[in-house]
Amino acid sequence: MIEPIIEGTYKFDGVAAKLGYNLNKMCFSFNEESCREEFRQDEAAYCDKFKLNPAQKEAILKRDIIALLRNGGSIYYLAKFAGTLGLNVQDVGGIMTGQTTEEFQAYLDSQGVGKTNG
Amino acid sequence: MAKILGAIGTSHVPAIGVAVDRGIEDTPYWKDLFAAYVPVREWINENKPDIAVLFYNDHGLEMFLDKKPTFSIGCADEYCNADEGWGIKPIPPLTGETDLSWHIVNHLIENDFDPTVCQDIKVDHGATVPMSVLYPGHTYKGTKVIPIAINCERHPMPKPSRSYAFGKAIGDAIRSWDSDQTVVVLGTGGLSHQLDGERAGYLNTEFDQMCMDKLVTDPESLTHYTNDELTEIAGAQGVELAMWLAMRGACSGPVDELVNVLIAPISNTAAGVQLLVPKD
Ligand SMILES: [Fe+2]
Repeated sequence: MIEPIIEGTYKFDGVAAKLGYNLNKMCFSFNEESCREEFRQDEAAYCDKFKLNPAQKEAILKRDIIALLRNGGSIYYLAKFAGTLGLNVQDVGGIMTGQTTEEFQAYLDSQGVGKTNG
Repeated sequence: MAKILGAIGTSHVPAIGVAVDRGIEDTPYWKDLFAAYVPVREWINENKPDIAVLFYNDHGLEMFLDKKPTFSIGCADEYCNADEGWGIKPIPPLTGETDLSWHIVNHLIENDFDPTVCQDIKVDHGATVPMSVLYPGHTYKGTKVIPIAINCERHPMPKPSRSYAFGKAIGDAIRSWDSDQTVVVLGTGGLSHQLDGERAGYLNTEFDQMCMDKLVTDPESLTHYTNDELTEIAGAQGVELAMWLAMRGACSGPVDELVNVLIAPISNTAAGVQLLVPKD
């Protein structure tokens, strides 16, 4: 399991890249629509095809993004998994921080600069 | 010899490209950001650089973990984008400039940088969003592009000091190229943001503004950070400052700052727009 280097922050280094290789390879495949479709048809079988370990497979099936990070996922490929599910980066931010998408957006807005309106 | 006319720093976050596609640049969320691009686009129209040397990072379209270059240089006649898994549209191909690409590669290796040479690569939003925003309506047909990628995904990645020095060596290469063509250098990505983990959504606009100001007056002061420090101060993806450092390294020496605007949030990021022109 990958532990945070600072609170809420997982460093994607060699240890994580080794642990997460198969998971990231599966998510990399989602660049192709045919692969996204194959995943949607049978998610568990698609995880097995890429030899995900049980923790990674469970996290995929449960959409547990934090667990995916802790099991070696890289956000660059997890973003393609999110795209496969029809989620955008604010939705994913909400999932990881235990907020609704609207709450996550409000958190971003609370740090805003340079906008005269909106 | 070829001449560097200026340097442009810009975000490359996909949402900006979507906003251009949808024609929603005047909506409240977007109008301040796109207002910042007006003088940048005017400067491009007035100066018409022949070549854009574009620093970006690949986000897992072409460069997977199986063979991941630390620094890489496009040496192709043409660059296309492709599906990245979440709905980005194909855009007209970018035209390459292989003579300058190879000149840069030769110069770098003689000067102790050893990049991966790419004769056939797809480019992702890191390269295509800046071109779409700077050349609205994909009007970049007459401009040649050299995409240069820096690994910003998997640690270890180049130290900020190294990205700056890499940019400097590329600037020297451009200025020693026997050609009367003109060049604009693009630094893309950033600024502060964190996409992943329970700290997702973290921004640090005070730090971003300081970085943009120091890029003008004292860029070397920014090269002392480690990537772990940038992660803590500017978020996990704040390490994309690498491309801005490479840009300023390439456009070295005293500069006039024509644009310096920071807008947040833009998607999950703080978005900088900067235009620097060498003092003659
Ligand atoms: Fe990026």
